[in-house]
Amino acid sequence: MSDDSGAGRDDRARYDQARYVEDGQYEPLLSEKDRTTVEIGGDDDSPLPDDLTRDSLELPALSEPELARHYTRLSQMIYGIDSGPYPLGSCTMKYNPKFTEDVAALPKAAVHPDRSETSVQGSLELMYRLQDYLGRIGGMDAVTLQPPAGAAGEFVGIRVATAYHEHNGEGHRDEVIVPESAHGTNFATAALGGYDVVSLPSDDEGRVDLEALEAALSENTAALMLTNPNTLGLFERDITEIAEMVHDVGGLLYYDGANLNALLGRARPGDMGFDVMHYNVHKTFATPHGGGGPGAGPVGVVDELAPFLPAPRVREADDSSGSEPTYELFDPDHTIGKVHGYQGNWLVLVKTFAYIARLGDEGLLDASATAVLNANYLASQIEYDVPYEPFHHEFVASAGDQDAADVAKRMLDYGVHPPTTKWPEIVPEALMTEPTEVESKDTLDRLAAAFNAVAAEDDETLEAAPERTAARRIDQTDAARSPRLSWHALENDE
Amino acid sequence: MNGSHATGSPYAPYTDDERTAMLESVGVDDVEELFDIPDDVRFEDAFGIDARSERETRRLVRSVLGRNDELTELLGRGHYGYYVPSLIDHLADRSEFLTSYTQYQPEVSQGFLQALFEYQSLLVELTGLEVANCSMYDAATALGEAATLAERVRSTSGHRVLVPDLLLEGRRSTLENYVAGTDLEVATYPTDDANADLDALADAVDEDVVMVYAENPTVRGTIEERLAEIGDLAGEADALFVLGSDPVALSVLQRPADVGVDVVVGDASVLGLPTSYGMGLGLFACREDYLRQVPGRLVGAGEDATDRRAYTLTLQTREQHIRRERATSNICTNQAWVALRTAMHAAYLGPDGMVDLAKRGVTRADDLADRLDEIVGVTAPVHDRHHLREFVARVDQPARAVADDLEKRGFAVHVVGEHEIQVCVAGVPDERIDPFVDAFTEVAR
Ligand SMILES: Cc1ncc(COP(=O)(O)O)c(C=O)c1O
Repeated sequence: MSDDSGAGRDDRARYDQARYVEDGQYEPLLSEKDRTTVEIGGDDDSPLPDDLTRDSLELPALSEPELARHYTRLSQMIYGIDSGPYPLGSCTMKYNPKFTEDVAALPKAAVHPDRSETSVQGSLELMYRLQDYLGRIGGMDAVTLQPPAGAAGEFVGIRVATAYHEHNGEGHRDEVIVPESAHGTNFATAALGGYDVVSLPSDDEGRVDLEALEAALSENTAALMLTNPNTLGLFERDITEIAEMVHDVGGLLYYDGANLNALLGRARPGDMGFDVMHYNVHKTFATPHGGGGPGAGPVGVVDELAPFLPAPRVREADDSSGSEPTYELFDPDHTIGKVHGYQGNWLVLVKTFAYIARLGDEGLLDASATAVLNANYLASQIEYDVPYEPFHHEFVASAGDQDAADVAKRMLDYGVHPPTTKWPEIVPEALMTEPTEVESKDTLDRLAAAFNAVAAEDDETLEAAPERTAARRIDQTDAARSPRLSWHALENDE
Repeated sequence: MNGSHATGSPYAPYTDDERTAMLESVGVDDVEELFDIPDDVRFEDAFGIDARSERETRRLVRSVLGRNDELTELLGRGHYGYYVPSLIDHLADRSEFLTSYTQYQPEVSQGFLQALFEYQSLLVELTGLEVANCSMYDAATALGEAATLAERVRSTSGHRVLVPDLLLEGRRSTLENYVAGTDLEVATYPTDDANADLDALADAVDEDVVMVYAENPTVRGTIEERLAEIGDLAGEADALFVLGSDPVALSVLQRPADVGVDVVVGDASVLGLPTSYGMGLGLFACREDYLRQVPGRLVGAGEDATDRRAYTLTLQTREQHIRRERATSNICTNQAWVALRTAMHAAYLGPDGMVDLAKRGVTRADDLADRLDEIVGVTAPVHDRHHLREFVARVDQPARAVADDLEKRGFAVHVVGEHEIQVCVAGVPDERIDPFVDAFTEVAR
């Protein structure tokens, strides 16, 4: 640990992540702590004939206390939202309220998906009420909870668009338009759905270029996918006109809900002319990101598209009467079928429902206000240039002459998580920053201090970073050159 | 903190004083000025959702979910309720695991990367295949991804994907959606006594087939006896052999690599998650030949600046954030935390525990089938096969009526035919077996 690093000299930013070193290596793998081989078959008490079984299984056999330590150590080598600010742009890393874990762990949430509808009225009611909440929040008429993540929601949107066009005898539509600055999943999803992707440049101000859009639209347009505010944090001011243009050629307008946190209670995709949208509940509604997932990506649509949604959906039963309504599953008339084996990431949906019910109108309205204030305040405190304004819940600064990836590595030494880097590409050396509503002024000041300290440092310092993390700079190019993806591969290597 | 709490969100920490200072720095009087939203699309209304205290919210969710009946579930068919030890909940709920995201900054995410590397290693050991990714959403989407992989790596111009006629509807339908944008089409091959009908399959496989999918155990709990022959059939047609399975089954059943399997998919969360209304963890493992075509995230071992082994996401040029419309999949957010839980559960069991759990799935299913078979009007198992965890029973009475009656007595079972019930023992406590047999005896009468 070199104490002469810039981060070390600054008391306010003192930070060291846990690091375990033994025999010159970091925390060993489970397989390096133990390997035990169990023979299978070949004896009388095997319940299966040997030709139906494998010969043996070799895995670590460790005691419960040893495992508790292993995983506790691993957890200490991870930076999460509870460790400090996590302004990872486009990911909306907000605090995940602890009580939502408790409600998801309720024994009555642990039900099998093939149960009779009458025996899971609680689950169906929760889903029904969540569909209703989301419909109101997005200004949408019908909602499915099935997609297990944002990208899966996009896929539902694209499949619904296909089904809708085919239903109307317009199956020839084979293009989906995606802005240059969009998230990678938009392009990949459109391609997975079998579409040619038409990429749309931004105008000088960072928004959809209406002339370019005009040129891109045609009778082959199936849909335009938009994020609003876009990935620069800018509201697409011409959204009503954009919607008209898309609808005029018979296309659908898709809303990528990744940035909905900026608009909660202030504007709704349904009112802007969007026909179909996904909600990213692990962003907007604070369900934990879990090191990469699970999330959930419910999809809302206008009435006209409701018959195409995935099956099954939940509705109030016709014979529903008395004090407690009953709920049932049904297949929409022209359903695209399923995009998940069952009902999606149920436990995440329980947490989503709890979060929305906890915040209510008041809390949701405040979330967007504070998220936008925080982004603006933070931007006002940092020295890096922010070329595009007026942004909302996130801004994209430019690292200028510095390499944005190196800036990020160096920020780790100051005990903060860095922004998303090098995207969107329209800003050179992009630092896409989204502090969310959960940070206090004090934390934002510390975050700004980290940005500014790094801005003042030379390339050499940046390239040597990080120094205070569990591992030092990792050579990703080298790791990709000779991929070693399991402990077996490590052995074969030796 | 000075001043009063100004905000409406319980998770945003402001006071009026702070807010005023921040507005001043930004140069506006009111937060509303920061919203650049044209009037015609401004939302001036309310959602009509009441805010609640944490305690009230917990009570609300408890009372809503309270409407779920308490039943002993003898349910399986792709989703299993094995007991999950407390260790897993407590450690996986540590907030560093729960509140971090994708490891874009590996230096500060070593713990999660190592856990995912260990999860991949577990699957490599179980399948015998060289590569496992660190998660798909669930078994159905993993199957869909396998088909698009088959399309990318195929050496023929074929376009048919063969699946068993008994394939779960959720998997079949999801697969259909995944291939809808390709020129692949899904066709079925017949089953014989629940297992693949080899003769019929041989007839169905020709040069137009790019993928043959089978499951072990099958959806009816039977164990496939001729996997290697299926592999040969697929191999001769240059089609991918894709097998659906799960970590418990793989602990004792034939190792996929030994019977010619190219890709293994399935639900890995049979370990790690209790019944979760169908939430899962898509298992995806394949031969090294397809490494550059694998969907989803991969964790690899590399070195840091001190030459110590460290972990990082790798081969990211396959992924959507770099490759965009030419990515191998559109997946971004995945099921990493479930993979962590699965790895923990497997580590908790160890190889002995895993093998034991699987073997007990065989003997307990056999024992229960024998007992049900003794009931007049019941034949169990229907299929003359070896079974894991679950089996189908024939009942003289209408199966629906039997299941409804059982439910009134506190037991949930599957109805899989007019006179067929499917019963699963995974996760069912021993002490619930006798009452179940008693109830079954009464309702089958
Ligand atoms: C703008 C945008 N769109 C779509 C997505 C995809 O969502 P998910 O990761 O939930 O699949 C993301 C997520 O990172 C995003 O930032």
